[in-house]
This record gives sequence, structure tokens and C-alpha cells, in this order.
Amino acid sequence: MATAEAENNEVITTADGVPLKESLKKALWQRKKTALLLVAPLFLFVLITFLIPIFDMLIRSVDNSIAGEQFPGVVVELSDWALDSTELPDEATFQALIQDFKVGAKEKTISRLGRRLNYEKSGMSGLFRKTARKIKKLESPESATAAMIAIDKKWGNIETWRLIKRESGKYSSSYYLAAFDAKKNSDGSFSMKSEEQQVYLNLFWRTIRLSFTITFLTIILGYPIAYLLSTVKTKTSNMLIILVLLPFWTSLLVRTSSWIALLQKEGVINDILVGLGLLGDDNRLAMIHNEAGTVIAMTHILLPFMVLPLFSVMKTIPPSWVRAARSMGATPFTAFVRIYLPNTVAGIGAGGILVFILAIGYYITPALVGGTKGTLISNFIAYHVSTSLNWGLAAALGTILLLLVLALYILYDKVVGINNMKLG
Amino acid sequence: MALPIHATLGERIWHYCFLTICVLIFAFLIFPILIILPLSFNAQPFFSFTSEMLQLQPEAFTTKWYEEFLTSRNWQGAVKNSFIIAFFSTIISTFLGTLAALGLSRPDFPFKTTIMGLLISPMVVPLIISAAGMFFFYSRIGLQGTHVGVILAHAALATPFVVITVTATLTGFDHSLTRAAASLGSSPTHTFFHVTVPLIIPGVISGGLFAFITSFDEVVVVLFVGSYNQRTIPWQMFSGIREQISPTIMAVATILIMISVTLLVFLELMRRRTERLRGITPH
Repeated sequence: MATAEAENNEVITTADGVPLKESLKKALWQRKKTALLLVAPLFLFVLITFLIPIFDMLIRSVDNSIAGEQFPGVVVELSDWALDSTELPDEATFQALIQDFKVGAKEKTISRLGRRLNYEKSGMSGLFRKTARKIKKLESPESATAAMIAIDKKWGNIETWRLIKRESGKYSSSYYLAAFDAKKNSDGSFSMKSEEQQVYLNLFWRTIRLSFTITFLTIILGYPIAYLLSTVKTKTSNMLIILVLLPFWTSLLVRTSSWIALLQKEGVINDILVGLGLLGDDNRLAMIHNEAGTVIAMTHILLPFMVLPLFSVMKTIPPSWVRAARSMGATPFTAFVRIYLPNTVAGIGAGGILVFILAIGYYITPALVGGTKGTLISNFIAYHVSTSLNWGLAAALGTILLLLVLALYILYDKVVGINNMKLG
Repeated sequence: MALPIHATLGERIWHYCFLTICVLIFAFLIFPILIILPLSFNAQPFFSFTSEMLQLQPEAFTTKWYEEFLTSRNWQGAVKNSFIIAFFSTIISTFLGTLAALGLSRPDFPFKTTIMGLLISPMVVPLIISAAGMFFFYSRIGLQGTHVGVILAHAALATPFVVITVTATLTGFDHSLTRAAASLGSSPTHTFFHVTVPLIIPGVISGGLFAFITSFDEVVVVLFVGSYNQRTIPWQMFSGIREQISPTIMAVATILIMISVTLLVFLELMRRRTERLRGITPH
């Protein structure tokens, strides 16, 4: 016993006398370091070119530094003016206002703040432009308050000041409120916009509804052909799968433009229907530039993403299971519903979530075939980035969409596992 | 799929119904792609068949849209840009992605799931969000509207495909081969180039192809990060469809379909090679 204990306590060393444990630790650390060093370049690359831009967008959706930049004096003066005050801010605030306006008008940057405040209340952009024009002629007046009200009586309106006070912080939730069709009232409480002013809630609802429709259609269309592919001989299925892979590999714009050729009023499908006499020449179907166009084209484009995961699941189901059920007296329908279908649920889940994730963020196809009725949330993000230039709102809408997709992605991970993701 | 001899009448009817349904769905998949070919030879500047075309009159067909594609400055610039951008972003993403896959596939890699998740995030985030984020950030640092900006953006979007493909090749990689090489006196560098590389090269090439196609087919990010001077083929198609529809788009589409068929065949050959090599490695 004693010798065995002594042997246990004795430190095992490598040939050069270093304890084996430490030597192993060092070797393992060395290997870990090499592995990390191999990944580091890509990680840095993705961080700079992709992750930081995304993070930058998240910040932009709450950023309100423009108030502090353009109205440095006013923001300070307003800090002791209460939002529920019934009186206009004091003379010092108006003097700061003149000062800030003079600087801003000279640098021609003040109109940006006007545009920013215009998102909250229309007329502000005009007020800022008008004031900037007139402020240059204003030479140290006796009463700054009176002078400003003389330029535009909106400066004497307490609502204007409440708005400036409310939007004077470094960060603002107003883009998110706008993205949910809500607004801040002058007393700082929230309320929903009136029914006819609501844009984005309907848009989110439409995006989700169309994505569901598209997902459902891909399941309906994908299931039979995935089943066929999994039951025919390998040689035949290798041939048939080309019919699925070819659209998958064809440029998105090619497929979209061919749907325009097919669906438009003077397009192939309408021509065929008119030619067959099923349709009068003057009441051709409107299948494009509406929801139908978006749904048809996107179902076609996303169908391979449904078929491929379904096929890989169905391949693993032995045909003997259904045969066993049949031999024990199940009708074909029962055998399918009780035996086959439950075994393919994983495939339906994987394909379904994948198609849904892709559909919810789709931009190109709805932009080209969706018209005004078939556009999705991403089209509005693009609109705010490049046309209306309301970047804060674009960032807020983008962040909401991103969170939605990430939630779905976590679900996908639970169903399939990220590491099992396969291509082609 | 063949019907058993004892199938009842109902089963027979159902079987043929099912086959018909499948044929219709396959037609739905492939018809929109095939329709492009004849339309690209349409003598009229429309996206639809003329009655002369249906009667197969030779004067109803023309190759002028292909000529326009080959001669127009807009399209020539687009082709050049597409290849320049796809080439450089493929080089960057294949190099960085393969290195990272080699590191990630080591058994003792720490925080694997988190890092893998971050690395493949460009593939998961909807393109419009990536495009908006990159547009904001790249314009801030002066990369918006430059070739470098588009190349970097495309490389970022393409790396997940390289990482996934090469990692998939490496999961079947027999690490005893490198140990065997080492035990026979080969240096790590020599082992890497003479044992590891020949085995993973099909994965690297398919990853590179995926990267190339990602960049070549990408339009959302190019629309935002690029400008007219960075126009690629998809950029030109997008603005072409939006502004004035001309069958040149159909001619370009036909050429793109040919390219994708070629790539599809090539990838299939690559996959077979990998499987064959896998077959001879002992497990």
C-alpha cells in the first residue's frame, strides 16, 4: 500500500524533467493558441466590415446627438425649464436660441435639426428655414423673446418649446415610437396614431402575413416533390434534383424578371388564357404589382429552400415503416398521417423556418413585382435610407426586423442546429 | 416508386394523380427559367411572345439583344465590375474563411458555438439590414461608392459560405493522416501542403465558388454601398427592370443561366471527388 501511495505522489516528468501535467497544459495551450490565431484574421475582418456596421445601425436608431450639436446653448438653458410649465422659457433661453441659430445658419447645418423635428411635428422644417433666413439680419435686439416671436409666432407657442425640450436629450425613443405608429404627446405620455395615419403596424402585419402564406405554399408544393425525390431510384432522383437545384442556382434577378414576363398584363400567362378563350382580351388578370405578384414570385424563389431540407429528412425514413403499418391494417391515409408525416415534421420545421426567415427580410423581388400593395418592411427600410433620408427611422425598423429574425434563428437552432446547416 | 402489382384501382388513380401533381410542380419550378431563352431572341422589344414567334417565322427572332449586351457601355462596365468585385471578394473570403475553418475544426477550440455564430451572421442577417448598416458605416468612413467598399462588403457576406463548406470537408478529415506524416519526419508546413491541402482542396474550391456566386449574384448591398461606377450585372439588371424593360435583360439572364449550369456541373464533380477521396481514407 505504502509503495503504491508513494508512486502516486511521485510527479511524472517528461524526458527533460518538466512535470508531465504542466508540459501537457503547455502543449494544449499552444494548440488552442494556434487555433485562435487561425480564426483571428477572419474574426477581425467580419467585426470591422460587418458587425460594427450593424452595431452602428443599432446606435443610430436611438441616437439624438443632433439636438446637442445644433442647439448647444438652448439645451443648457432649457434644462431647468419644466415640460409641464405653462409659461414660455425665459429671456436667456431666447438669447441662446438666437446665438445657436446664428452659428447654425452660418454653417448651414441648422436645417438638419429642423428636418429632425419635422418628423415629430410638421411645420418645424419650415419654421427653421424661415428663421435661419431672417436671423442674419437680427442685430442684438432689446428683447430676444419679442424679436424671435416677431420672426415667427410659432416661437411664442409653448408646444414648440415642449417639443424642443422633449427632443433635447442625447438619446431618443421617437424613432421606435414612429416605427410602431405611436407618438409622444406634449405632456410626455404616449398614444397611438389615428387609424388612417398608421403605416408600419399594417406593414409589419402584411410582411408577416405574406411570409406565412409563402411558407405555407412552399410546404404544400415542396412536400410532394420531396417525397417523389426520396422514393425514386437514386439515379432518377439525381436527375430530378437538378430541376430543383437549377432555379436555386439561377440569379435572383433572372427569376424575378422572368416572373415579370410571365405575370404582366401583356405577359405569357395572360396571353395563354386569352388565347384559350378563358379570358376576354379586355379583362386580363392583374397578377403583378400587387400582393399576388409578390407571393407567386417569392414562392418560386424560395421553394428550393423547402425541398432540400425535406428531401434530406425523407431520405432517412425507411419505406418499410409505412409498409408495416399497412400490413397491420392501416389505410393508406392513416399510414401517412400516423407514420410518415410525424417523421417528416423536423424537415417541415427546418425548411419552414428557413423560408420564413428569408421571406421576412426579402427586398428585391417585392420591390420589382410588388407594386405598392405587395411591398414588405424591407422596402420601407430602403425607402427611408435612400429617398426620405430619415435614417433614424430606417435604423429603428431595421433593428426591429433584425430582432425578429434573430428570434426565428434561435428557433431554427433549436429545431435543426446551426452546425447542421448545409448548402446545396 | 413503381406501383406494386396488387395495387387497387383507387391506388392506381391516386398514384397517377400524384405523379401529375409532381410534374406540375416541377413545371412551376423550371418553366420560368426556360421561358427566358426564347424571349431573349424576341425581335420586338417586349417581354412577351409575338404571334410571329409562335408561327416560328425566322424574322421574328433576332440576336440584337445579345449584340446590345456585348456593345453597350453600361453593360460592359457592369460585366467588368462584376468580375473585378467577385474576384477580389472571393480571394479575400476564401483565404480568411479557409484559415478560420482550419482553426474552428480543431477539437480544442474554445467558445466554438459563439464564434461560429458571429462568423456566419452575415449569412443570417437579412440583406437589407446588412446593406443599410454598411451604407451608414461605410459612408462615415468614406468607403461608400468605392470599389474597395463593395469588395469588402461582398467578402464579408461570402465568408460564411466558405467557412461552412470547408468545415464540412474537415469534419470528414482523418487527423491520423497528419500525425502519420509527422511521425515520418515531415515538418508541419510540409504536412500542410502535401497532406492537408490536397484533401481539403475540393471544399476550398466549392467554398470559393459559393463566394464567387454570392458576390456575382448579390444586388442589395451593391445598390447601397456602391454607386453607378461600381454597377455590377445584377445592379444593371435591377435598374433596367425599374426604368425601361428591354429584352437585353433576357439576353443577360440567358447568359447567367448558362453560367449557373456550368457551375452546377462543376460543383457536382467536386462533390463526387470528395466522396471518392473519403472512400479511400480509413476510419
